Amino acid sequence: MRKNDKQANPEPNESGSLDTLPSGLAARVVNVQGSTAIARRLMEMGIVPGAVIKVVRAAPLGDPIQVCLRDCQLALRRAEARAITVLVGI
Amino acid sequence: MSAAFPLSTETIQPEQAPARVLTIALAGNPNAGKTSLFNALTGLRQKVANYPGVTIESKVGWWSLSEEMPPAQLIDLPGLYSLDAASLDEEIARDVLLGQARTIPSPDVIVVVVDSTNLIRNFYFLTQLLETGQPIVVALTMFDLAERSKLQIDIDKLSKALGVRVVPVVAKRRQGIVALAEAVAEVVGSPRMPAKLCLLSPEAESELSLLSAGDDEDRYGAFTDLYSDELPDAPDRRELVKQARERLAKMNQQWQQEPLIARYDWIEGVVAGAVQQESNGQRSVTDRIDAVITHKILGPVILLLVMLLVFQTIFSWANLPMTLIGHVFVALADAVRTHLPAGVFTDLLTDGIIAGVGGVLAFLPQILLLFLFISILEDSGYMARAAFLMDRLMRAVGLHGKAFVPLLSSFACAVPGIMATRTIENPKDRVATIMIAPFMSCSARLPVYTLMIAAFFSGRKVLGVVSLGALIILGMYLLGITVAIIVAWILKHTILNAPPPPFVMELPPYRVPDFGNVAHALLTRTTVFLKRAGTVILAISILLWALIAFPRAKVANSSSPQTAVSEQGLNGSDGSSQQIQNSFAGRAGRLIEPVIRPLGFDWKIGIGLISSFAARETIISTLSIVYNVGERSDEKSSLVDAMRNAKRADGSPVWTPLVALSLMVFFLLACQCMSTVAIVRRETNSWRWPLFMVAYMLVLAYVASLITFQGGRLLGFS
Repeated sequence: MRKNDKQANPEPNESGSLDTLPSGLAARVVNVQGSTAIARRLMEMGIVPGAVIKVVRAAPLGDPIQVCLRDCQLALRRAEARAITVLVGI
Repeated sequence: MSAAFPLSTETIQPEQAPARVLTIALAGNPNAGKTSLFNALTGLRQKVANYPGVTIESKVGWWSLSEEMPPAQLIDLPGLYSLDAASLDEEIARDVLLGQARTIPSPDVIVVVVDSTNLIRNFYFLTQLLETGQPIVVALTMFDLAERSKLQIDIDKLSKALGVRVVPVVAKRRQGIVALAEAVAEVVGSPRMPAKLCLLSPEAESELSLLSAGDDEDRYGAFTDLYSDELPDAPDRRELVKQARERLAKMNQQWQQEPLIARYDWIEGVVAGAVQQESNGQRSVTDRIDAVITHKILGPVILLLVMLLVFQTIFSWANLPMTLIGHVFVALADAVRTHLPAGVFTDLLTDGIIAGVGGVLAFLPQILLLFLFISILEDSGYMARAAFLMDRLMRAVGLHGKAFVPLLSSFACAVPGIMATRTIENPKDRVATIMIAPFMSCSARLPVYTLMIAAFFSGRKVLGVVSLGALIILGMYLLGITVAIIVAWILKHTILNAPPPPFVMELPPYRVPDFGNVAHALLTRTTVFLKRAGTVILAISILLWALIAFPRAKVANSSSPQTAVSEQGLNGSDGSSQQIQNSFAGRAGRLIEPVIRPLGFDWKIGIGLISSFAARETIISTLSIVYNVGERSDEKSSLVDAMRNAKRADGSPVWTPLVALSLMVFFLLACQCMSTVAIVRRETNSWRWPLFMVAYMLVLAYVASLITFQGGRLLGFS
């Protein structure tokens, strides 16, 4: 991942929502917002502050997206991904 | 056992224990290997049961813990990621686990199934259960896979950190099964352990001690009150909790997330202390397969090929066994007819019961084949990818990506398609999918389409090349899909309206499906279909037979009228025609004639509509009887001639191309299939949805036919 950090568009230590994270780039979860139900479901699945997350690819129609978290693959819709703030450059 | 405690402080010997059946619950994340373990523990001693009043199924089996103890009742619960219930099945599973289910005794032991290769996420649910203080044994499944991926799990350390017995198992090879039984038997006899709660921030902790009045025993109660979605019922308590929540919210807007973060922190610590992962730096097999399967272009192409294979299988390969079953039952009916004296009883036996049983069994090949595919697709991990690929498209109609496979299967037959909606977790999404599945033009409509086209549209070409018949059939399929989309949209915005549940779907690692599990799933589905749907189909079949067979016509040698699978020779068809015209169905046909006349149908077609409620293709045999034509190999051509020559009282033809088109539209949209009704009854566990489905589809079919016929006439067609 170190290599990627230098090439990727977002500057290190730049935070943004997960749905804008370019695929292949690892980032750290900073915050999970959204309604209680959505935030809870996301966090139950392991998307908690501090976890390392990576967008693997988007589905053919651009949504949902496939993310990788602790060696697990998850599918999220972009609406949910928008609730997750991540920090690039770990 | 509780009665035995005050009497004696000695360890209770199993044979001295009261002969109470132990209840053990099997719980864990989806895809954690729960089903494999359940099958390994119970073998074939299992049955599918419905929780009272709801659609959720539970499997119950018998598990011999040891030779001395009577077999324990093992309950397989739906897969859960968390105890905070988001859907109905999660709610039920939680109630069972916490001993709050009314009809199921509080489990003596909960076996928590944990995927060894995915400890952290699986431990989240375990942590929540530990907090409740329920007796727990952890089964670490797929331990062989963990070893293969160089994951070193120190069982002793893990067990000590978690405070419960941890048993590694490989369900497929039955490894660890005995150790698991021993661990469970040990827990049964030992005292309850204290609840384990993760430590929260000082602010939250002080609120908790305030709510529990400093009593550690009550901490879990205080914790639940504070962090659950609802406020407690008791007014004073309610106020206390409300104030505590407000204070916490002032300190931290996301105060509700604190326990979740604390649990994961604790889990990370436990796993770091007991597990070592030798990183091999290679991309996992799943990653490499996913690069192809969920690829932007390759993914949809592969999905198309897979679905083509499934479709081909249920559409055409199932045909041979289905025809065979049909022939066997026709032969059986004939044999009975020749050996028994003619009469009502023989007719009931042949046309009611034998035809009905044949009608039920005819579905088995399709169901078995579709479920063979679905089990393989699910167990291998492909199903989640199909949902991932199709989600965007399905969401446009308000449905989940998982609705795609059941809907596509419904083009072959809605019955297995509706059974396949089980993979959709959200109950409202599932019901919406079930409600529109019958609009997918199934194979039973094809004989009706082909008859109408052969009679009124054959040989015509559009633009000189494309046959008009093919265009009409294509149009029927497209009309079905369009109506399905509109209905789904309306349903999802009215009676099935609910905020979409968060779409967070696990894409489980690819695994080679276990043959035993697939066989188990097939066996379960078959029994469930035969027992629950089969009986309803048989009952309706007998009822429809009675409608056609009674009251008896006066003709002495009247042979039997027709139902779905029976055939009959030319002789006696005269009597049959009279019989059917005078029967209840015939009278009903006349009765409804004023209603169906605006659609272009006369009362004879009305009889066809009524009888085809058994199964759509039945209209062909019914029309054959009504028009007094035999049902031999030349059946179709003579029926076609009879239809073309049929005249109304005023001499105008009964059938015109427009009438045929109107009838096809009606057959596309009306729910004329008792098997579908029976399976919806079975899958939704109430008569409400199947009756609603029949009613709204009938209204839709009527209106669409009306528009077709009257609109066509206005445009000058006939």
